[in-house]
Amino acid sequence: MKNDLIIKNARLVDPATDKDQQGAVWIKNGKIKDVHWGNAPEAPEGTQTYDAEGHVIAPGLIDTRVSTGEPGHEYRETLESASNAAAAGGVTSFLLMPDTTPVIDDGALVDYVVRRASATSKVKIWPSAAISKGLEGKDLTEFGLLKAAGARAFTDGNSSIQSTSMLKNAFTYAKNFDMPILHHVGDSELIGDGVMNAGILATGLGLKGIPHEAETIPLARDLQLADMTGVRYHAAQISCAKSAELVQQAKQRNDQVSAGLSINNLCLNENDIGSYRSYFKLNPPLRSEDERMAMVEALRDGTIDILHSAHDPQDTEGKRRPFAEATDGAIGLETFLAASLRLVHEEQISLVRLLATMTINPAKLLGLEAGRLAKGAPADLIEIDLNYPWVVAEKDLKSKSQNTTFEHARLFGKVMTTWVNGDTVFRQSA
Amino acid sequence: MTPNSRTSQDHASGTNVPTQHHFSQKHLLGISHLNPVEITELLDRAEAMVDISRQPKKAKHSLKGRTQINLFFENSTRTQSSFEIAGKRLGADVLNMAVQTSSVKKGETLIDTAATLNAMQPDVIVVRHAASGAVELLSQKVACSVVNAGDGTHEHPTQALLDALTIRRNKGRLNGLTVAICGDIANSRVARSNLLLLGAMNARTRVVGPKNMLPRGVEQMAAEVFTDMEEGLKDADVVMMLRLQHERASGKMIPSVREFFHFYGLDERKLAFAKDDAIVMHPGPMNRGVEIAPSIADGPRSVITEQVEMGVAVRMAVLEALLTNGEAV
Repeated sequence: MKNDLIIKNARLVDPATDKDQQGAVWIKNGKIKDVHWGNAPEAPEGTQTYDAEGHVIAPGLIDTRVSTGEPGHEYRETLESASNAAAAGGVTSFLLMPDTTPVIDDGALVDYVVRRASATSKVKIWPSAAISKGLEGKDLTEFGLLKAAGARAFTDGNSSIQSTSMLKNAFTYAKNFDMPILHHVGDSELIGDGVMNAGILATGLGLKGIPHEAETIPLARDLQLADMTGVRYHAAQISCAKSAELVQQAKQRNDQVSAGLSINNLCLNENDIGSYRSYFKLNPPLRSEDERMAMVEALRDGTIDILHSAHDPQDTEGKRRPFAEATDGAIGLETFLAASLRLVHEEQISLVRLLATMTINPAKLLGLEAGRLAKGAPADLIEIDLNYPWVVAEKDLKSKSQNTTFEHARLFGKVMTTWVNGDTVFRQSA
Repeated sequence: MTPNSRTSQDHASGTNVPTQHHFSQKHLLGISHLNPVEITELLDRAEAMVDISRQPKKAKHSLKGRTQINLFFENSTRTQSSFEIAGKRLGADVLNMAVQTSSVKKGETLIDTAATLNAMQPDVIVVRHAASGAVELLSQKVACSVVNAGDGTHEHPTQALLDALTIRRNKGRLNGLTVAICGDIANSRVARSNLLLLGAMNARTRVVGPKNMLPRGVEQMAAEVFTDMEEGLKDADVVMMLRLQHERASGKMIPSVREFFHFYGLDERKLAFAKDDAIVMHPGPMNRGVEIAPSIADGPRSVITEQVEMGVAVRMAVLEALLTNGEAV
């Protein structure tokens, strides 16, 4: 039995109920015993209290898109190092992508991840499993056995399945086990040798472009297959206005459809590539400022349900190459919240609306009890000082890899404390 | 007036022609890094190098004791030879590095090679690489000057400079001239560097090619865009043809060589739309009968061999300007 803890003097933000008010949270045995809107309750004698000093207390973030290097590339990131980065970033749960070596496409590997995570991680790591064996887009994995082993969702990570019949079969079979499909869409033939957004910048740099249609054409296909099969379908990471439009239309006829967005496509644009900066080589690629603004709008109006960090550690060896030959991806766990708060500070979105895309919405997609300030929910909480100024420096980040897209960025807002099941797993040093 | 008698004052370039040398760049990575004054200075310096190259005794000693490494990750006999001759005429010690691209991962080779070469204390490294931006990346890893001898589909600055010099010697100026660049624009670093240079020098640039060989945003890089060759060549002062890679004309992008030549190959009929005194250029190596008819390639309006000569002069000028900090030698 753990001691009770009352977090008082807080600005409670609960996206599940759309509330943003003063209050207190009472934690007992790792769960939320009660949420007090308004005045804090009289604490029984001996109860520990924590004074939030008016800071925001919100559900811990749930990140639906995190890659590590374990197993297979532990020098890039282990579950432990990723969990340290997550705790520092206020992420109390994340969905682990299956694109490891070997690929997580077998029940035994799901089991391995679950056991390694519980032995080494400070935060909750939920495994996903591959849709196709070896992420090759050809043969289905054992959805039923993978679910039984603990997989929370099926996804081929950054790989996109090209075969329409394969997708139809996968969607139908996932529906059979009531499991969500998270699919990254990209038409491999239209992408071709493309390495950045197609347009004048790519032309000037002499880099091959990736047109919007490489995303919108397979997305339109997926959305029709979702209608056809009734699967819980999540377009994992869209990047352009036309995609948002397609999702919006689909949602009018199909409530099983949702969409995700990477923090990078929300905060950055293709100009950040500058002169071949490979840390900004991402998949989907950074688009134009107009498209980025469309993503902000889609997040605000609810077309996009989930914001994620797209945390993808890559070693310097893979990044210190000519742009076209460099690896894709950027780390993001620690900067995720602070970067997204830019939108709140610029008054482009309310705090409660933003946090919904990082807490309750992913909780619903993955079927987690966390992500809300509710009686009986796990006491996975974060304390945020919205005005805490800091400058991102690679060397201070807890990830084993340094490929951040926010190096030297001046950010306002930081996680001060992170609790998982009522235990403090991170506290910002003064 | 013979070309050799010109001084820098003779070239109306649309900018103030510098009377003093003040080229202070460390690298030549692309035309995008040069301003019109610097471009003009390099062209003026190259004029003087033409004279030296035409003497029986071609030696100049401005780079004596300096080490130049030619690092070509892509094969190119002509460009590499041109840089080698340029360096040697200035007295530099020139080393050609053979690079194996197949055995090791390309990126690792580039960074590793840069570190290795840097330790040998060269004064300048001339680099060609198949990846856009690779030369700039290498320049960040070495202490010496770096010259871009072509990176991917990005830039080929010495080609644009030698083309400009050839045009200037034939037309006496660059500004106000109508220059039509024709063919596979999308895959051409020569086109990009030329558009940047000619644009900076106030020439009227046109690109001409089939739609699937015109890159996105090209209308922002050239003054005019044409998909019809006859319209594109109308009243042009300079017709610049680009090399078409054979594999692109076998159904992948273009159905056939025959079709390409019919619509976009330079022949007498199409050239007739250009001005009577228009010159014809090609960066080489040419595919006769694909992008250019043999009669034109070898005809009186072709300045293609002069381009090769100017290549050596321009590269001498670039090497000397970079290694002597722009001081007159």
